[in-house]
Amino acid sequence: MSTSVDIGNVTLTYRGASGGVLALRGTSLNVRRGEFAAVVGPSGCGKSSLMKLVTGLVPPDSGDITIFGDKVRGPVKIAGMAFQNPNLLPWRKVIDNVLLPLEIVEPHRRRFRQHKAEYRDKSNALLKTVGLDGFGERYPWELSGGMQQRVSLCRALIHEPALLMLDEPFAALDAFTREELWCVLRDLWQKLAFTVILVTHDLREAAFLADNIHVMCARPGRIVMTKMVELPRPRDLDICYEPRFTDIVHELRGKIAEVRKA
Amino acid sequence: MIEKLSPWLFTIGLFVIWEAACRIFHIDKFILPTPSETFAAMAQYWWPLTRHSLVTLWTTMAGFAIAVAFGIVLGLVVGWSRTIYRGLYPVMIGFNCIPKVAVVPILIMWFGIGEVPAILTAFLISFFPIVVNVATGLATMEPELEDVLRALGASKMDIMLKVGIPRTQPYLFGSLKVAITLAFVGTVVSETVGANAGLGYQIALAGSNFQMPLVFAALLLLAVEGIAMYAVFAYIEVHFTRWAFRSSMSAAA
Repeated sequence: MSTSVDIGNVTLTYRGASGGVLALRGTSLNVRRGEFAAVVGPSGCGKSSLMKLVTGLVPPDSGDITIFGDKVRGPVKIAGMAFQNPNLLPWRKVIDNVLLPLEIVEPHRRRFRQHKAEYRDKSNALLKTVGLDGFGERYPWELSGGMQQRVSLCRALIHEPALLMLDEPFAALDAFTREELWCVLRDLWQKLAFTVILVTHDLREAAFLADNIHVMCARPGRIVMTKMVELPRPRDLDICYEPRFTDIVHELRGKIAEVRKA
Repeated sequence: MIEKLSPWLFTIGLFVIWEAACRIFHIDKFILPTPSETFAAMAQYWWPLTRHSLVTLWTTMAGFAIAVAFGIVLGLVVGWSRTIYRGLYPVMIGFNCIPKVAVVPILIMWFGIGEVPAILTAFLISFFPIVVNVATGLATMEPELEDVLRALGASKMDIMLKVGIPRTQPYLFGSLKVAITLAFVGTVVSETVGANAGLGYQIALAGSNFQMPLVFAALLLLAVEGIAMYAVFAYIEVHFTRWAFRSSMSAAA
């Protein structure tokens, strides 16, 4: 299978008032096309820096980042992103929030005015697949946190990006809503076949969703272990209670405890 | 019901206390006229008071309009770039610290006695909160939202148009309420120092003639104009930025 994201021996330093902070050192990561990759680790280990590097928002000090064969030299222009905070625009209706990327990304941007009806239908269809049928004309504040996060996922996917970057997207949700959204994301991924990099500190989330889990340690951030998850697909929530699942979570947990002590 | 009436009840109550205090303590009307004497003066001098009120209103609105246009443009420029922000901020703070009454004589020397100094003083005193609020609206944009857009290839202009400018609206409309009352202060200060029309001029003139009821009548009219314009902009604020009052993103924060 071809590579979609390749991070080779990357170093990143943040320059602050009190000298530089080494965020990442010698980090390497390889994600196949269509793969679901998860990055886990203690807080402050540079997971979010990794996101910014891959999307080209921050240039590395050294090392190369390649996406779909092209070296990253600036913002990548194709990636969908979602964060812990849904970051919806409160003055726009839900559907107009979902349409936002199409007003920016070419070739949709050029076609947007003339083909608005077509794009609206597409957005409504996407909202329907995440269980928000009929909510398009509502405003974000009328929705619960979980529903807002679904909208945020739709916004990240409406322009059919080849790469989806998720930074702890479900961290602020309650346990039941979170598991619901795991399934929403799983179904979207299986239907649309994009590449995902999911940054999370929830090990069960990583184990349930990902093909490969990369464990990071802090100061400086680097990847210390890559765990392949060989659970069969499609996965059901019940799998979270099987021994082979809990074994994976235990192993990850042990590794993180070990690097935290070191 | 009582809550809706309470602004009126409190205003009437204030006038009743004022009237009673003047009568009980036998306060001379050259010191503090009663409300009834003030309203009598208002009725007696209704024509000059109307004329001066209208002059003050239009000069204030003209100065305020310039302040809004200038304030929005400068606020967007300052919010656009950190370098411009850092460069202009000390200058603006310094400018804002100069009492505008000290500038009025200069304006009168430049433009002569008349409405121009009043308009310019209203402008100078009221643009600052607009600039600060518009710039704050841009500066407090969520960095993650900016990342989402930049990762889609959005230019800085795209981000301004799609997010920055809409998001400054509640900040802008909030500042207009403050700015309009400041604009009245500017106009009246300028009219008091040197003018031949306007409520400030009327107050200075009546004061020098010991017509205290007329002074107070003019003061009351100023308060009425200020309240009316504040109410207009408070209404516009709620009407245009309803989303900001409902959503978790608070403009006041």
